[in-house]
Amino acid sequence: MKIGIPKEVQVGEARVATTPEAADKLIKLGFSVAVETGAGDAASISDDAYRQAGAEIIDSTEALWNQSDIILKVRAPQFHPQLNRDEVELLHPGQNLISFIWPAQNPELMQRLADKQVNVLAMDSVPRMSRAQKMDALSSMANIAGYRAIVEAAQHFGRFFTGQITAAGKVPPAKVLVIGAGVAGLAAIGAAKGMGAIVRAFDTRPEVKEQIESMDAEFLMLDFKEDGSGSGGYAKVMSAEFIAAEMALFAQQAKEVDIIITTALIPGKPAPQLITEEMVASMKAGSVIVDLAAEQGGNCAYTEKDQVVHRHGVTIIGYTNLPSRLANQSSQLYATNLRHLLTDLCPSKDGNIIINFDDEVIRGATVIKEGAITWPPPPPQLSAAPAKAAAAAVEVKAEPKPPSVFAQLLPILVGGLALFGVGYGAPESFLSHFTVFVLACFVGYQVIWNVTASLHTPLMSVTNAISGIIVIGALVQVSAPALIVQILSGLAILIASINIAGGFLVTRRMLEMFRK
Amino acid sequence: MSHGLVTMAYILASILFILSLSGLSRQDSSRRGNYFGMTGMAIAILATIVSGQVSSYGVLIIALLIGGSIGARAAAKVEMTQMPELVALMHSLVGMAAVLVGYANFLDHSNNLIGAEKTIHEVEIYIGIFIGAVTFSGSVIAFGKLCGKIDGKPFLLPARHWLNLALLLATFVLGGQFLSDPEAGLLPLGIMTAIALVFGIHMVMAIGGADMPVVVSMLNSYSGWAAAATGFMLSNDLLIVTGALVGSSGAILSYIMCRAMNRHFLSVIAGGFGTTSGGEAAEIEGEVVPIEAEETAQLLLESKNIVIIPGYGMAVAQAQHTVNEITKLLVSKGKKVRFAIHPVAGRMPGHMNVLLAEAKVPYDIVFEMDEINEDFPEVDVSIVIGANDIVNPSALDDPNSPIAGMPVLECWKSQACIVMKRSMASGYAGVGNPLFVHENTRMLFGDANDRLQALLKALQA
Repeated sequence: MKIGIPKEVQVGEARVATTPEAADKLIKLGFSVAVETGAGDAASISDDAYRQAGAEIIDSTEALWNQSDIILKVRAPQFHPQLNRDEVELLHPGQNLISFIWPAQNPELMQRLADKQVNVLAMDSVPRMSRAQKMDALSSMANIAGYRAIVEAAQHFGRFFTGQITAAGKVPPAKVLVIGAGVAGLAAIGAAKGMGAIVRAFDTRPEVKEQIESMDAEFLMLDFKEDGSGSGGYAKVMSAEFIAAEMALFAQQAKEVDIIITTALIPGKPAPQLITEEMVASMKAGSVIVDLAAEQGGNCAYTEKDQVVHRHGVTIIGYTNLPSRLANQSSQLYATNLRHLLTDLCPSKDGNIIINFDDEVIRGATVIKEGAITWPPPPPQLSAAPAKAAAAAVEVKAEPKPPSVFAQLLPILVGGLALFGVGYGAPESFLSHFTVFVLACFVGYQVIWNVTASLHTPLMSVTNAISGIIVIGALVQVSAPALIVQILSGLAILIASINIAGGFLVTRRMLEMFRK
Repeated sequence: MSHGLVTMAYILASILFILSLSGLSRQDSSRRGNYFGMTGMAIAILATIVSGQVSSYGVLIIALLIGGSIGARAAAKVEMTQMPELVALMHSLVGMAAVLVGYANFLDHSNNLIGAEKTIHEVEIYIGIFIGAVTFSGSVIAFGKLCGKIDGKPFLLPARHWLNLALLLATFVLGGQFLSDPEAGLLPLGIMTAIALVFGIHMVMAIGGADMPVVVSMLNSYSGWAAAATGFMLSNDLLIVTGALVGSSGAILSYIMCRAMNRHFLSVIAGGFGTTSGGEAAEIEGEVVPIEAEETAQLLLESKNIVIIPGYGMAVAQAQHTVNEITKLLVSKGKKVRFAIHPVAGRMPGHMNVLLAEAKVPYDIVFEMDEINEDFPEVDVSIVIGANDIVNPSALDDPNSPIAGMPVLECWKSQACIVMKRSMASGYAGVGNPLFVHENTRMLFGDANDRLQALLKALQA
């Protein structure tokens, strides 16, 4: 099948859906690859580079859309200003489109695509599970956005990130607060740490504390018990009390920190407003806020989408195209994500794709199949929160055998009856021996229970030697008058003493060997 | 020596035995524990000899000297790889001694018990001889299986459970006869002894080689119960205490071994594999990728974190010294080398630890399964030396496998896994192993010691 990569039409979009490296691998999978001329220019990839990888360069946009069986794009189809018609109209029935779609936000686009009788796989709908990580474009883009957010902040921040003591005086390190420790947040933490800043981070999901601390940043604890983990590793909406406590924390932090990176998003909802106008006013002059949630309305009250604004001496950056501002890098990662998805779609490596709905990843990513809208998919089976899965597994294990009261009581009953029987019939002398016997059993149990596995063999040989104590039984009988008794006892002494000497000595030999 | 003093000496001996066992639960106190045991035994024997119950010193001293020297000689001569055999043989001796003491006691008419006490005494003799005889014959068979004189495969008679039941029933009937007329009891006692011997043989014959760790510890337990029964027979508290200590310690060891194999004690005793599985075990499909010693050496030199998993194959090939040489060499090259021991590796509990200790592998790099199993994903290379069932992934993921549910060393999670094996034969459990065809696995075929020597040479080059 032929894969076509058109040039992105969105203003400011510098990414491209494949790179020469990825194209080379796609060709090895049996596909042929066609790229619109100039598609990679903005990402510093020349047409020649694509040609060298074996891809065909096509001048006409319409010809490219027409010839290709699979269209790989970054942005969802939109109005094409040069052609003066929508990209959706360029599609023909039976074609496959793979790009970001955002089906929840674009129901009208979905309907138009469905009317075109095409198959659509949305890179934003790839389920979040371990197996699908290699094609998780949201994560790879978020990673870049987080890094770029720090770079943007550094550009607008008038000081060093790292603390220095110079001949010209002491420079304090910049303090960075990262709100939301998802992929973007963690990337921002890493970048800011790398530049020498003091980094603090906050998240409603307690399980990310470890991840934050592993990046050497400080996790801001909220003294409030509520778990913010939703399904699929995303956050959920928190209670009003929680939000109040959270806002108090941010208000106090705003006075201290120099840079705030906000990444708080809740799937399918507008971004929560976390940085109020008062907080911005309380910040030091020259501080910077980078709002990664600007696309969904922003976490900061002053955020304007795609704009840099100055309020109360604070710079607020609302860029929504941060990955595109690192176009070469993000094209590489996105192209690799696409290639992995295509590899899964093409199990026989013959250049033909099969949209197999038994594959949970492909099922999740497919939003339109043969003109029918298949979004939203059934919920993913695996949550990204491992703790919960483990807890569930334990519950399942415990359930199958609820021991009946009778089964539990039976041994006690039998034991009790046996003891009663013995106590009823046996004479005094036997009972005192019996007491000793039972107590000794329990002493043995207590003493042995914690023995380390490495000493099992020596333990066995020493108990073997000790059970040679049976020699005492022979000793007390060896002097009996009957000859036969003497002979039997003598033999028993002989045998038991082999045991005693052999057991203890071999144990000693073994124990001498163990060394640290 | 007065009776009171003897009793005190016995109490002292009992305490020393308890201290001895508790000392053996830890490495640093284990040697002291052994000396406690020796002291306790010496005190017990001396106190009994001077107690006034004993007069025929000649027989006694000769027997002690002969027996002691045989034991000492055996202890000095035995190869560490043959420890299971030695232990099994010594169990049989305890059983034998219990039978002899029981008969001696029966034939000795010097005590004058009457009524219930007499009946109880007879019952004690009967039970003592029964346990002793089962221990004796069972241990002899276990010894034969361990040293290969008897086929290791489970020997299953048809209707074996009914046979066992019939034997037990016969024992009860004979017991009734024995009690009703103890004067003429020698015949029922003799028949019962024969039945007990058959019972012991039949029981151990039905148990497969892989279950030997359970059998050995179970026989250890029996030898203790035999001593305890003798104690009841002779009204001797020291024997009762010591027998009970040994008996319960053996029982616990058997329990630990069973748990390590995820099997019920009863199903091990009943013998034979495959009694629990419902469907057919999954067929193993895939390609075996062989590797040479030189390539293995290359792989080891490139890795940092290495885990060695020894199995019975290492014991058979006596390869523990070569393993230690390789370990020392790798450690000197800055590699992290550890050993992972499965609880039932080898033919008796702790078998592998003893072999590694003999080869002077320091015990702080030798880990139990539970301590090391989680680390496998970070391990670069795991080397499996002559082990099979204890590294079988189908125990975890194939519910129809005969060893399903048995905890295993998850070596297939490491980056690479070298399996040393003689050939592609299945293990003692007769179960195929998907590890051998796993994509990370490379097979190094041949005698373990021979291959390890080649590996050592390649590493030194």
